Amino acid sequence: MSQLGEQLRDPLRELYQEVIIDHARNPRNFGTVSNVTHHAEGFNPLCGDQLSLEVEIENNKIKDAKFKGTGCAISTASASLMTQFLKDKNVGEAEQIVKEFIDMLTQSPKIEHPNLGKLTVLAGVHDYPARVKCATLAWHTLDAALKREAKIASTE
Amino acid sequence: MSFNVDKIRADFPILQQQVNGKLLVYLDNAATTQKPKVVLDALINYYQTTNSNVHRGVHTLSMQATDAYEAARTTCQKFINATEAREIIFCRGTTEAINLVAQAYGRNTLKTGDEILISQLEHHSNIVPWQLVCEQTGAILKVAPINEQGEIMMSEYQTLLSSKTKIVAINHVSNSLGTINPVKEMTMMAHAVGAKVLIDGAQALAHVNVDVQDINCDFYAASGHKVYAPMGIGFLYGKAAILEAMQPYQAGGEMIQTVSFLKSTYAPIPQKFEAGTPNVGDAIALGAALTYLTKIGRENIHHYEHELLDYATQQADNFPGLRIIGTAKDKISILAFVLDGIHPHDVGTILDHEGIAVRTGHHCTMPLMEFFKVPATVRASMAFYNTKQEIDELFCALRKVQEMFE
Ligand SMILES: Cc1ncc(COP(=O)(O)O)c(C=O)c1O
Repeated sequence: MSQLGEQLRDPLRELYQEVIIDHARNPRNFGTVSNVTHHAEGFNPLCGDQLSLEVEIENNKIKDAKFKGTGCAISTASASLMTQFLKDKNVGEAEQIVKEFIDMLTQSPKIEHPNLGKLTVLAGVHDYPARVKCATLAWHTLDAALKREAKIASTE
Repeated sequence: MSFNVDKIRADFPILQQQVNGKLLVYLDNAATTQKPKVVLDALINYYQTTNSNVHRGVHTLSMQATDAYEAARTTCQKFINATEAREIIFCRGTTEAINLVAQAYGRNTLKTGDEILISQLEHHSNIVPWQLVCEQTGAILKVAPINEQGEIMMSEYQTLLSSKTKIVAINHVSNSLGTINPVKEMTMMAHAVGAKVLIDGAQALAHVNVDVQDINCDFYAASGHKVYAPMGIGFLYGKAAILEAMQPYQAGGEMIQTVSFLKSTYAPIPQKFEAGTPNVGDAIALGAALTYLTKIGRENIHHYEHELLDYATQQADNFPGLRIIGTAKDKISILAFVLDGIHPHDVGTILDHEGIAVRTGHHCTMPLMEFFKVPATVRASMAFYNTKQEIDELFCALRKVQEMFE
């Protein structure tokens, strides 16, 4: 059997795919945005993960999104992939993606999610209920930022 | 009696099972311990043959239940060498015991400007109850600092003690690091300024000898589930004279002598602090657990656990990219650590996949994590049913974790 086949059968590798490890080690969009229009703080009280998200929206379009914070590979990779994915989406699209992404992890990982593109590398988290909150932290935070909620987004 | 770990493992049914296709390696004993068959049997036997309410009926079962409940109290008394059985108050566990002291003693005696002294090592349950009583009374919370090894700095502790200090609350053993604190010496120093001393013994009872007369503390709190007994039972030890002078904590049945609508009078200790129907079955099971430990021999247990700690520490010291958090001279068998560049939660998930249960996170000690500048740690906490082979498996799995992240 090829090495790739071997890897795909390993459920841990499905969780920790190369893309995820890559984004966890070298997170994209790590930092702050110069013209912040929306921002929110996310916190997972169970594990202490925290995340600060800054977004610049102009004419209903996401021009830039960056994050900072500490977290595990899953939560960091999720935030990194999310901020990449968001660029140039309009607010309505972004809100739809948030819903679909959370749905993929909590409801239906197996059905097709054409709108989520590269984000589907995180679908494997569905099989690790203890880790779903790690993957959704950035998304709950984005949701709070888009709604301009002043409060801290929490996974609890 | 010589120590035979295979024989001991056979006493714990849960250890025989597989998790994720691998024989369970349970290294989360600081969170809760597994229960030997004698404890499970004590529970079943109580509910099958004796179940009845205590201190109330004249019928046979009620008297038997009362006797068994009080016998368990005496077992706890002897286990920590308290002077009298009535100094043991059954409660839900350490958290409730500390809240009892904070409210029934602290709230009624503290005044504005009085001080409560704790340490940087404390579990949230030995921090928050004191913060609450500070809000209620105007008392001030002081915190004794620790050094890089995770030991309380005794000179700083001495400096913080003054005539303003009314209560000192310190854990006997730190749950996050394993540090054994010099509680006898600390109690003596606290008494010298007139403070009362509560020792949080949640992590100590299973792993070090506890002699409350020798320590001379005023209160000692413990949880049954950390000494191989069920969850939902524990006890507070308090010196009789102090308990007698205290107001009740909760009120209701069981804790009264007479009730009238004008005034009620309270039962003597320990009943004064045991309002309502107590957790009889679990108290009896706690007695069974302590008897089991005594039979195996606490010296044997502690000696063996120390061997496990030394073995694990040696492997950790030689493991590239691993940093041990908590290197006190005096430690119980807890190994907390972080791996370079890999978050503890990811370590925990991968270890779980190998059938290895460890705790990852802040371990209810967020101020301590801040001190060590880590968001979380991986904690392997060992008990006398663990083996060197299991420790080998832990480190083998940690190598897999690193490979996964290469
Ligand atoms: C040092 C320490 N204190 C207090 C507690 C609280 O014990 P419980 O949750 O059994 O009340 C724990 C439990 O983790 C502990 O480790």
